[in-house]
Amino acid sequence: MIWDMVIGLEIHVELATESKMFCRCSARYFGSAPNTHTCPVCLALPGALPVPNEKAIEYTAKIGLAFESEIPTISKFDRKNYFYPDLPKGYQISQFDLPVAVGGAIEVGERKVKLNRVHLEEDTGKLMHAGGETLIDFNRSGVPLVEIVSEPDMTTAEEARAYAQKVQQTVRYLGVSDADMEKGSLRVDANISLKPEGSETLGTKVEIKNLNSFRSLFRAIEHERDRQRTALEKGEKIVQETRGWDEALGKTVSQRSKEEAHDYRYFPEPDLLPLGLDPNKIDELKSTLPELGGAKLARFCSEYQLSEYDAEILARDVTLADYFEEAVRVGSDHEVSAKQIANEIINRKVDIAEVLPAALIESIISGRKTLTLGEGELEKVIAEVLIDNEGAVADFKKGKENALMFLVGQVMRKFPEKIDATTLKEKIERELNKTA
Amino acid sequence: MKINSLTIGEVGQGLVDKDFSAKELTQNFIDQIKNKDESIHSYLATNFDIALSAAARVDTLIDNGEKLGKLAGVPAAIKDVIVTKDLTTTASSKILENFIPPYNATVVSKLEEEHAIILGKNNSDEFAMGSSNENSAYEKTVNPVDPTRVPGGSSGGSAAAVAADMAVFSLASDTGGSIRQPAALCGVVGLKPTYGRVSRFGLIAMASSLDQIGPITHNVEDAAIVLESIAGDDIYDDTTVANKPADFTTDLKKDIKGTKVGIVKEYFGEGLDEGSKKAVEDTIKKLEELGCDIEEVNLPHSEYALAVYYIVMPAEVSTNLARFDGIRFGKSRDFFGDEVKKRIILGTFVLSSGYQDKFFAKANLARQLIRDDFDMAFEKVDVLVGPTSPTVAWKIGEKVDDPLKMYLSDIYTVSVNLAGNPAISIPCGIDQDMPVGFQIIGKHFEEAKLLQVAHNLEGALKA
Repeated sequence: MIWDMVIGLEIHVELATESKMFCRCSARYFGSAPNTHTCPVCLALPGALPVPNEKAIEYTAKIGLAFESEIPTISKFDRKNYFYPDLPKGYQISQFDLPVAVGGAIEVGERKVKLNRVHLEEDTGKLMHAGGETLIDFNRSGVPLVEIVSEPDMTTAEEARAYAQKVQQTVRYLGVSDADMEKGSLRVDANISLKPEGSETLGTKVEIKNLNSFRSLFRAIEHERDRQRTALEKGEKIVQETRGWDEALGKTVSQRSKEEAHDYRYFPEPDLLPLGLDPNKIDELKSTLPELGGAKLARFCSEYQLSEYDAEILARDVTLADYFEEAVRVGSDHEVSAKQIANEIINRKVDIAEVLPAALIESIISGRKTLTLGEGELEKVIAEVLIDNEGAVADFKKGKENALMFLVGQVMRKFPEKIDATTLKEKIERELNKTA
Repeated sequence: MKINSLTIGEVGQGLVDKDFSAKELTQNFIDQIKNKDESIHSYLATNFDIALSAAARVDTLIDNGEKLGKLAGVPAAIKDVIVTKDLTTTASSKILENFIPPYNATVVSKLEEEHAIILGKNNSDEFAMGSSNENSAYEKTVNPVDPTRVPGGSSGGSAAAVAADMAVFSLASDTGGSIRQPAALCGVVGLKPTYGRVSRFGLIAMASSLDQIGPITHNVEDAAIVLESIAGDDIYDDTTVANKPADFTTDLKKDIKGTKVGIVKEYFGEGLDEGSKKAVEDTIKKLEELGCDIEEVNLPHSEYALAVYYIVMPAEVSTNLARFDGIRFGKSRDFFGDEVKKRIILGTFVLSSGYQDKFFAKANLARQLIRDDFDMAFEKVDVLVGPTSPTVAWKIGEKVDDPLKMYLSDIYTVSVNLAGNPAISIPCGIDQDMPVGFQIIGKHFEEAKLLQVAHNLEGALKA
């Protein structure tokens, strides 16, 4: 039988606000010593009360607006009750029936993937297991966290990955989160089910929690599809459950069945007043939204006559897009075309952190060549490096993203000139996946 | 002069006139606590050294002619559910035995800004859950008027400390009557302000949508002065309300001729002791003599108040007390007392999926009806009056095994918390040699009117 896969994603994004969601502790905890960003509120000491961070609410509304969601004038917080050592209050302040943003859609390629909601909540602390002991770091406790929930509206692992990348790109364009998966500021849960081809009824879904790279997301979905298909074809029933992704084993493993599922006993948070979102304020936010990735791509094509391929590379990241346009501005005074600049940036692997736009234009004018490599030469060096560094290759396959950066460094060393790290990274990743 | 029973105004005058120093006054209260509290058991922790040095600072301020706070040199006590920096705070529970908070509740900071002298922490029912103080995990406070009787609850220690002259005033909390009922049973004044009037930051939450901090005092004027000191918007409490009139003393002594007073009909039915009823009715006559227009008023949904309360309150309790997990502070959850466990179980149940609609959601609908009752009544009258408690203080142990009877002692007070209105209890007479409390309920944020009526009535009753 042919089976259709149905995928829905829940993406958590940590907001890049100065302070935490309900207290005045700094939210910029990454790299700080444990428990140095804490106070009675985020430690849930007796008597402490939450006060909402206005900026976080604004950021959440912006995300909703970027994804065409409706922003209702009334929203509220609720308590989600469960016990876990990293959750100091014994409940998480979240949103149940009145989220900040409702509905919406995210453009992924030719399609629009439907959104269910965008809501605001607080992050938990972090458990660290060492030497048979478990320690808790509450620096992350209370950091504002936005959850972007799609409808079950995707059908392939490629599409899900592209959707997640679009979310990352957009929140970065908005400047509301660094959305760095390695740091855990963007995390993905995937809901997956299969149904007979063409069937209207959804099958039983399985949730895969905490996918911390696009690669894991892709692989986990593919694996889970195969697992469910094999089970269904044997006539087994899919159990509704939560599974985790084991990157090393390359498979999903059961964590919790429906019977063990929490009853979160949601109810309105009595310590916080309902949020009244002023429609004028929403209009103002809407009018001040920056140009987002899709629009920028389209404009790059039409305004600068770039190929879709080039425009996509340049618009993928807002810093690169801004760099390109700044160079175009400088170039227009010197009869250097946008196309030439795009070519220079993309093909000659310009390091935009090092080379100022004006310097780039200068180098184009002077005809000075930055490094150009024959395709074959680079590929050859990559192959050598992968053979020489078996350990790092194995680490990468276990899911250690750092190993990839190590390999990039090793390849770079073999060349006296600078090579664009992003392009190189992609090439190496492609090679590694070939051998996976 | 008996300086332990001085009012706040008298303390201020005495200090300025140099009848006594703040340090002498504080020492006097410390001696009183040392002599008397062994039999009353109203304090769980004391703060004498720090109190004496704070008093010495007030004396210096006086000597230097500097500006004094509203409560300068006034010895006060704090209910043990309100956190005090560096001073043990247990909520009268074993789960928090020896817990020393690293921060002050907003109300405590405000008292300190007004130069009050904090003597220590008052016993209460565990996590403020009870009506007799018998649920404290540490000791049983007795009623200073008759030590064989309960002081009421949950703020029994707070009411007893003031009644036995071991503090000029105390700060307590009221979730379903916990300030007013013990004030009534011990023969002192207890004020529950409007919900949102006083910051709850640092109050160990029982039921967040019902809890409110307020004073227990010797007289109404002191209640007005303390309320002025602790009221106001707080950036640490989202539920406090800004820009509300907060002058409670200017109009306090103006007469109350023409004030429209509503007698709550539902508060005089079955269950109200004859003696208490008579004292309350006699007091209403005094209001008439003071020129008030008296009429009967209905709060038709009163009969549901206790049922609603025993759904909403435990629901909030069950999650508010989840933080006591024995990880960051305190002991494991085995150390909760029986009443606390009972309410956590009840609250967890009414919020559970499948039951939430049946109980919690319904209770909230009924709560709105109760609020509407008050709003409608207040379209006709300025204040509502009735008894604070159906009976005077009962014998220790008398209701311990009959929870329903115990819960019924709050029948006239819980509605006010569900509706959020302010209310005060003042002593109005004697029945079986024990004090009877008279309750006056006001409109939201109109404590000034409430206190004015209470002050006038207090004068008439003493005359």
